[in-house]
Amino acid sequence: MIEFSNYDILRNLLFATQWTILLSLAAFIGGTTVALTLTAMRLTRNPVMQRIVKIYVELFQGTPLLMQMFLCFFGLSMLGYEISAWGAAILSLTFFTSAFLVEIWRGCIDTLPKGQWEASRCLGLSFLQTLRHIILPQAIRVATAPTVGFSVQVIKGTALASVIGFVELTKVGTMLNNATFEPFKIFTLVALIYFMLCYPLSLYSKHLEKKFNVSR
Amino acid sequence: MSLVNLHQVHKYYGDNHVLKGIDLDIKAGEVVSIIGKSGSGKSTLLRCINGLEQYQEGGITVDGKEVTTEDIQVRRLALSVGMIFQNFNLFPHMTVGENVMLAPTIVLKKSKAEAETTARAMLEKVGLAEKFDSFPEKLSGGQQQRVAIARALAMSPKVLLCDEITSALDPELVGEVLKVLEQLAKEGITLVLVTHEMNFARDVGSRVVFMHQGKVWEQGDPKTILSNPQTDELKQFMGAVL
Repeated sequence: MIEFSNYDILRNLLFATQWTILLSLAAFIGGTTVALTLTAMRLTRNPVMQRIVKIYVELFQGTPLLMQMFLCFFGLSMLGYEISAWGAAILSLTFFTSAFLVEIWRGCIDTLPKGQWEASRCLGLSFLQTLRHIILPQAIRVATAPTVGFSVQVIKGTALASVIGFVELTKVGTMLNNATFEPFKIFTLVALIYFMLCYPLSLYSKHLEKKFNVSR
Repeated sequence: MSLVNLHQVHKYYGDNHVLKGIDLDIKAGEVVSIIGKSGSGKSTLLRCINGLEQYQEGGITVDGKEVTTEDIQVRRLALSVGMIFQNFNLFPHMTVGENVMLAPTIVLKKSKAEAETTARAMLEKVGLAEKFDSFPEKLSGGQQQRVAIARALAMSPKVLLCDEITSALDPELVGEVLKVLEQLAKEGITLVLVTHEMNFARDVGSRVVFMHQGKVWEQGDPKTILSNPQTDELKQFMGAVL
C-alpha cells in the first residue's frame, strides 16, 4: 500500500480544487448566459414565452440537482448521445444555476417601481430602449449582491459531480480516504478548502449589499 | 380646433366601471383642471389620454390621431403628450442633465450637443440650471418635480398632463412647482391637470372639470363654477376641500 504524507494529501486536494473552480466557473458562466436569455423571454409580454420560462424554472428548481446530473449523464448515454462526466456536470449545473438566477433577477427587476416603466413609455422609449437605459442599469446594481451570494451554492453544487465520476475536490477526497482510511483528517481538509472558496464570496456579497443599501 | 378629444369613453377594471361615457374637448392653450373625490376616475382619465391605460368603448384623439395602448401608437403619442407623475419618476441612476437629455437623444435622435443645449434651457426655465450634474436623490421633492417638468418639456409636447403633481410634496414645496406651471400656462402650453389645488385651478386655469362617479358631473369657467356650483355633489366637494 502506498503511503500518503500530509504533504501528498494536501497537494492532491489542491490540485483537484482547480477542477472544482473550473467547473464552478463554467457552470456560472453557462448559468448566467441561459438566465439572461430566460429573463429577456420573461420580460417580453408574450404569454407563450413566459410559460416556457415558468415551466423551466419549476422543473429545475423542483427536482434534486443529483437527479438532473444522473439524467444528463446516464440518460443521455442511454439515448445514444455520448457525454463525458465533465460535459454532464456542466450541463446540469447550468440548468440548476440558470433556474435559480432567473428567479433572483426577476425579484430584482420587480423591486424597481412601475413608474420607471411608465415614465419611459411616456417619453417615447421603446421596450428595448427602456430595458437597456432604464431597467438594466438599475437592476444590475440590485442583483449583484444576491448573484454573488448564489455563486456559493454553485460551488457547493459541484461536489455532486463526484457521484457521476468527475474528478474534482470531493471525488479526490473520497479516493484519498479509500487509500488512507483517515476520513476525519481528509474530509476536514476538503470541507476547509470549500469554506475558503465560499467564505470570501459570502463576505463580498455582504459587502456589496451594504454598499448598495447605503447608496440608496 | 380641438387638441384632445374624448368621445363617450368607457373604461372598466374587470367588473368595476370606472369611466362612464366621458365627453371632453380640450383646445390648444387651455389649462384644464380636473377635480373630484378620489375614486372618481380623474387619474384613470389622464392615463387613458396618454395610452397608459386601455379604454373599452368610445374614442380618444390627440392632435387628430387616435389613442391606443399599442406600443408604436404610444410612442408616436409620446411626441405630442408629456406626462408628469405624482412620484416624479425620475431615473435615479442618471444625473439631472442625463434625465432631461435621454429621450431627445434616443427617441428624437438629436445630437448630444443639441440635446444638452435644450436640456440646459429647460432646466433654466424651471429654475434649476445649476443642478445639471446633480443626482435626483440630492434634490428636494419640489426640485425633483421641476426636473420632471423639464424632462417632459424637452420633448416639446403639445399638451402636458399632470397627475396630482404636488400631492407628494411637503406643503412648503408646493408653491415652487405651481409657479413653474403658471409660467408655462402664460406661455400658452396646453395643460391638463388632476389637482387638489383649488386656488391654482381658480387663478390660473381656464376651465374646471368636476368628475363624480366616473362621469363629467359639471364643468365650466373656474371662477363661476367654483363660487357658484350648480350640483349638490360639487357643493359638497367644495365644502370638503375648503
